[in-house]
Amino acid sequence: MPLLEVKNMTHYFGGLRAVHNYNLAIEPGQIRALIGPNGAGKTTVFNLLTGIYTPTQGSIRLLDEEISGLMPHQIAARGLGRTFQNLCLWRHMTVLEHVKMARYSRISYGLTGAFFGGAKRRGQEAEIEERAYSLLELLGIRHLADQVVVNLPYGAQRRVEIARAISLEPKILFLDEPTAGMNPEELSKTMDIIRKIHGELGFAIYLIEHRLKVVMELCEKIQTLVFGEVIAEGTPEEIRENPKVIEAYLGKEVIH
Amino acid sequence: MEKEKDREISKRKKVTDKIRLWFSHVPFIGWLLGCLLAVVVEQIFGSMVASMIGLPKIPALFGFVIILKEPFLTPSAIIYVLIIYLLPVFLIARFGSAWLNALARKLLSLPGWMTTLLYLLLMYGILHIWSDISAYRVLTMKLMMIAVILTLSLNVINGYMGEFSCSHPGFMAIGAYVSSALTVMLFADDKLFGPALLPPALGPYLFPLALIAGGAAASIGALVIAIPSFRTRGDYLAIISLAFMFIVKSIIENLEVVGGPRGMGSQPDYANLPTVFIWTVACIWIINNFVTSTRGKALNAIRDDELAAEAMTVNTRQTKMTAFLFSAFWAGVAGGLFAHVLRYVNPGTFGIQKLAEVLAMVYFGGLNSVYGSIFGAVSLSLLEEFLRPLELFKWIIIPLLLIFVMIYRPTGLIAFREFNFQKMIQPRKTPDKEV
Repeated sequence: MPLLEVKNMTHYFGGLRAVHNYNLAIEPGQIRALIGPNGAGKTTVFNLLTGIYTPTQGSIRLLDEEISGLMPHQIAARGLGRTFQNLCLWRHMTVLEHVKMARYSRISYGLTGAFFGGAKRRGQEAEIEERAYSLLELLGIRHLADQVVVNLPYGAQRRVEIARAISLEPKILFLDEPTAGMNPEELSKTMDIIRKIHGELGFAIYLIEHRLKVVMELCEKIQTLVFGEVIAEGTPEEIRENPKVIEAYLGKEVIH
Repeated sequence: MEKEKDREISKRKKVTDKIRLWFSHVPFIGWLLGCLLAVVVEQIFGSMVASMIGLPKIPALFGFVIILKEPFLTPSAIIYVLIIYLLPVFLIARFGSAWLNALARKLLSLPGWMTTLLYLLLMYGILHIWSDISAYRVLTMKLMMIAVILTLSLNVINGYMGEFSCSHPGFMAIGAYVSSALTVMLFADDKLFGPALLPPALGPYLFPLALIAGGAAASIGALVIAIPSFRTRGDYLAIISLAFMFIVKSIIENLEVVGGPRGMGSQPDYANLPTVFIWTVACIWIINNFVTSTRGKALNAIRDDELAAEAMTVNTRQTKMTAFLFSAFWAGVAGGLFAHVLRYVNPGTFGIQKLAEVLAMVYFGGLNSVYGSIFGAVSLSLLEEFLRPLELFKWIIIPLLLIFVMIYRPTGLIAFREFNFQKMIQPRKTPDKEV
């Protein structure tokens, strides 16, 4: 049984059909990618899966439980962590606070704990803090824990976002263009990190990516999305050879 | 020439550095003991010193009022402040840093609650002895502490959550009227509600319940705003809450049961100095607990990026709702205390001017900061009293000050600083000998 199963998902923005008949099955531990030209609807697919939009039609099942129509925070708490294409960090908060915040749904000390303190709150806060530190260690940004995120370089901000998404203990991690705007050095570091967290924590990863180098090296399976429709699906080799994909990216060859 | 100037500047810098270094070795307890000595000195020698240097009586608020009213007494007022307040504080701070640090360390080794209690008692002692001089000081202190509660509660929404609420005077009015109605009905003989229903001796013990009821009523009022406005983002809350404030005011004006526009008086005198002090401390403690917990930090996450907060499992709607009701509760409590301090309320008090006042305190002191709120409320409410003799010009000077703060520090003077009592009471490093 797949971890996440999407069947015939279609979404309209008013009269515009953004996603049409989208199907997906993510197996546990798999790394997959969604590629496609600009404006193909990749981020819309992510937003649909993580509950920011509710699909017009179709079903999304996580571990055989329907999740379409739930609030984004409910879906996130069920194990879908994500990062954003253009960094959605909390500009006044420190790195440590970011990673702790993703544990929100697991906090059980309630309002009494929040207002009056107490042993239960201290225990839980200490526990999530310890976990947060070990995640920061894993991503190599522990020394930045007390920094406010706006002061960090771009690459570190990306890592904070990944650390935050991992902190909620995802079953599937959604990465929306994790290497956008990076130089080759940062790019290879980021790929190392993705491999490392995948190896240590073993969740499935679903990523949107523009750079074919990343996709070809990391992923087992790739979907190509053009104008909201999947035109090709397969292993990196198959996708590379696929004439439809080449056409979508490079345009049709005109024979004189 | 240039060089000399530079040397002059660097020399001056050295001096200020030295002074700062000196005082950085004084622990919090040192300042407290200095203040205690100062207020005791004033209590014993105050009127003597005042008559010796030609002041008619002890200056009520550090001589500011005297300076503005009778400028030729300025030197006397300054001398008084120097002798009575600054000298004792300076002496203790200067010559006591070694044993003060030892004392601070000793206090820290006690169990946590006992340390806190001792510090609080010391603070209250200073407040009590200082305000013992005149009834005017007592009233100023009470209103100042109420302003602290109100400012903190508004900072939860405008600072921590980043929405803009204008309804806090409305919540305050609800709190004031509900708690007054309860105490007047139950414990006072009055022409609105008739004779007391319960023996008045019970009153002071049940007064906290009346305040809590006032706060709860304000929370219910907040629900009325929260439900329609939290579906949307941006300016809607500001507009709806402003409307709410006017609605509350005009409802009370038309409610003859509670006196209509004439207001409501004869509240029993329950809000004495210790009561207001305890409520203020409780408010600071609880609000600070809330905003430093991960649950409370969710407000910051919502303010900075609501979408990301939601994607990180934060239940944004519930969090915003809770914070708004919580904040309204404290505004209601502040209103209840306010009504019992003045022992008279009328709806006119809770209008746009009150709103401007509390907004000024929040933005002057600093957003997203408990220190900032305390500082803003204390400094602005004292400033209002200092400048009282200027009458109309007061309302030119204070707004001007605000404009300058907004230009040079747009988030307020002490913004984004976490309040940490434990850190505050730590002993400081003792000075190195060669300095």
